[in-house]
Amino acid sequence: MFHDANALLLARFQFVFTVSFHFIFPSFSIGLASYLAVLEALWLKTGKTLYLDLFKYWLKIFAVVFAMGVVSGIVMSYQFGTNWAVFSDRAGPVIGPLMAYEVLTAFFLEAGFLGVMLFGMQKVGRRLHFFATLMVAIGTFISAFWILSVNSWMQTPTGYALNADGQFVPAAGWAAIIFNPSFPYRLVHTVIAAYLTTALAVGAVGAWHLLKDAGQAHARKMFSMAMWMAALVAPLQIFVGDLHGLNTLEHQPAKVMAMEGHYQSHPQGAPLVLFGIPNDQEQRMEHAVEIPRLSSLILKHDLDAPLEGLDRIAPQNRPPVKVVFWTFRTMVGLGFLMLLLGVCSLLARAARKLYGWRWLHRFALVMGPAGFIAVIAGWMTTEIGRQPFTIYGVMRTADSMSPLAAPAVGASLVAFILVYFAVFGMGVWYLLRLMAHAPQPHEPDLPNAPAHAAGITPGPALAAGRRGELPHG
Amino acid sequence: MDESTLLTNLWAAILAFAVFMYVVMDGFDLGIGILFPVFGVGRERDTAMNSIAPVWDGNETWLVLGGGGLMAAFPLAYSVLMSALYAPLIAMLLALVFRGVAFEFRWRDPAHRHVWDFAFTAGSFIAAFTQGVMLGALLQGIAVKGRAYGGGWWDWLTPFSLLTGASVVAGYSLLGACWLNWKTDGETQKHSRRLMRVLAPVTLGAIAAVSVATLFLGGEYVQRWFAMPAVLVTAQVPLIITILTWRFARSLRRNHDLAPFVITLSVFALSFVGLGISMYPYLIPNSITLQAAAAPASSQTFMLVGAAVLVPLILAYTAWSYWVFRGKVAHEGYH
Repeated sequence: MFHDANALLLARFQFVFTVSFHFIFPSFSIGLASYLAVLEALWLKTGKTLYLDLFKYWLKIFAVVFAMGVVSGIVMSYQFGTNWAVFSDRAGPVIGPLMAYEVLTAFFLEAGFLGVMLFGMQKVGRRLHFFATLMVAIGTFISAFWILSVNSWMQTPTGYALNADGQFVPAAGWAAIIFNPSFPYRLVHTVIAAYLTTALAVGAVGAWHLLKDAGQAHARKMFSMAMWMAALVAPLQIFVGDLHGLNTLEHQPAKVMAMEGHYQSHPQGAPLVLFGIPNDQEQRMEHAVEIPRLSSLILKHDLDAPLEGLDRIAPQNRPPVKVVFWTFRTMVGLGFLMLLLGVCSLLARAARKLYGWRWLHRFALVMGPAGFIAVIAGWMTTEIGRQPFTIYGVMRTADSMSPLAAPAVGASLVAFILVYFAVFGMGVWYLLRLMAHAPQPHEPDLPNAPAHAAGITPGPALAAGRRGELPHG
Repeated sequence: MDESTLLTNLWAAILAFAVFMYVVMDGFDLGIGILFPVFGVGRERDTAMNSIAPVWDGNETWLVLGGGGLMAAFPLAYSVLMSALYAPLIAMLLALVFRGVAFEFRWRDPAHRHVWDFAFTAGSFIAAFTQGVMLGALLQGIAVKGRAYGGGWWDWLTPFSLLTGASVVAGYSLLGACWLNWKTDGETQKHSRRLMRVLAPVTLGAIAAVSVATLFLGGEYVQRWFAMPAVLVTAQVPLIITILTWRFARSLRRNHDLAPFVITLSVFALSFVGLGISMYPYLIPNSITLQAAAAPASSQTFMLVGAAVLVPLILAYTAWSYWVFRGKVAHEGYH
């Protein structure tokens, strides 16, 4: 397949750009949808309007996040074809059906119930509304299931054969494709990441309002809930991440070598490189700060275990270490900071100072964006670590591209960059403005909730009856 | 018809259904976006947007099913089309970004509401126009070399594709006006009726122009339309259109709410059948047939099981969601 190197580089950059921007939103909306379901359930169970206030507060934020996730997601579903036509043609028979299932089982479910979730409480009553919220939350999870199955298959392809046209076709039943070796680990790691990311964002908003008024009841509640989540889930995430890493070592050793910065093999005990400056040209780590044998202990649970380095991988199959090494450290470093925040919150709780320690609130505030950064860093680690392949070991990135000239990809890249920064930049600004207002008693509804004239449709009496149950904004 | 041909045809039918659902459902959303500047700032615009706020996201999902389904069931066609339609496709995607976020952003930023209203209109217009352009580009033929697109970057741009682009803009606008006539009352409804009186003849003219121009594209179109058994359908078209036009005019005169919308939907359905006759059995006219582009039977079967169960389910809860938001949208759409 002929194309020039610039076009390839631009197309890769375009994918990184559009998918990174996109994934910020679902990693927030997966967590927020579940959080909203929990808040609504608590409201239904306890009858406390505090939970309803918090629900309405976060629902407004969810609406904006979800809209940005949808529009940036549609771009992704076509990006495969525009820039990666050869990949789409060859991998379509395997990954296409999984993505079609994502649309059929998840996207429609979310979209179908979103309208009721956002605008329908006064029309359908509490229980049916809660059902709609649950469907949206479940939809976000099902969506993660399918798209992570697709991604995992590209990392650890199984259950396929190649036909005469060079297409990957299913060969051993769909279970072998869907439940490929890295899928369970990636799914759990990613979903927990979404929950953790959301907890940190919610915690930061709570902390911000506690810093302004430590007595604010709503801020206290959301801060407390978020800190429980951080304290419980951050250690779990580190444990799951470790399992995911061991799975990667088994199936994609070159990626782990890049993450660890191991250019050379270590026949007896490999050091853990804490920091260093990777030099891909000369394939060596400069200014390395190392802890002897620790890498062998972490990856093989044995101080003396031998670990192979990139010198065992054919040069044309080596991933670039420079980026992977640093994105991995960013993710892990932030993960341990999240753990620290969780532990501090437990200490504060034990000392009955959860709402009193201002330094804890400042810490939580600073950690607000940490989840998003860690998620992006983690995805860059796993995606760049898969290079130079799109389908690990079997299809090269260089052979996956559409027959595009550099100017075409460059022009569309510039368009994406301009539009995304303008539109999503404004969106993030609106989100921050929403978050800057403290949630209040009798939190108002969405401003654009469409009211339908009563009395025209057959069921106004029923609707009016239900309306009476609801505390008004 | 052997099993794999049947399977492939079934998938062609499912995708055609998805595209049709997208065209009519996001069609009226986009139409409202295109007509937005005509409506008065304030109540009228708010009402127009509120009438689709709960459903636009679901409507747009059919587009994702169209794209995802094409990749899954006909990966070769997906890969060739996406490269061939590169520029209009990316323009459409970016336009849909503006259109989609405007639904939320205009409420979040009253000081800049006019900016997001403009984004809503521009996004809707460009999305509709590029969709029409892509339809035209497909009908006029796409150069294929081996298993890839073999043409140039501006092949899609011809007078014919501009005509189809403009036609889709007209058709969507009519759908949007008919939707508002159904979902609103008072001044906004009267306003929509005035728009329908202009847009209906424009849309009919556009359909006629595209139909005639298609025959002049060369290839097999003339033969397809006027050979047996297609001619049995073709021959009815003038009669059906005449009847529908008469019914439309009558329902407008009698101030019917729903009828004009339903009649417009039937006109779209009829045009869609016409497209089917023009295309079948090709997916890319004169170069790639459905059969040649088809994914292996195992892929298509796997998805068919899901589609058979899930599409009816989706239609059911989508209908429920429309039912929840039934009736006229009140002017005072605020709390």
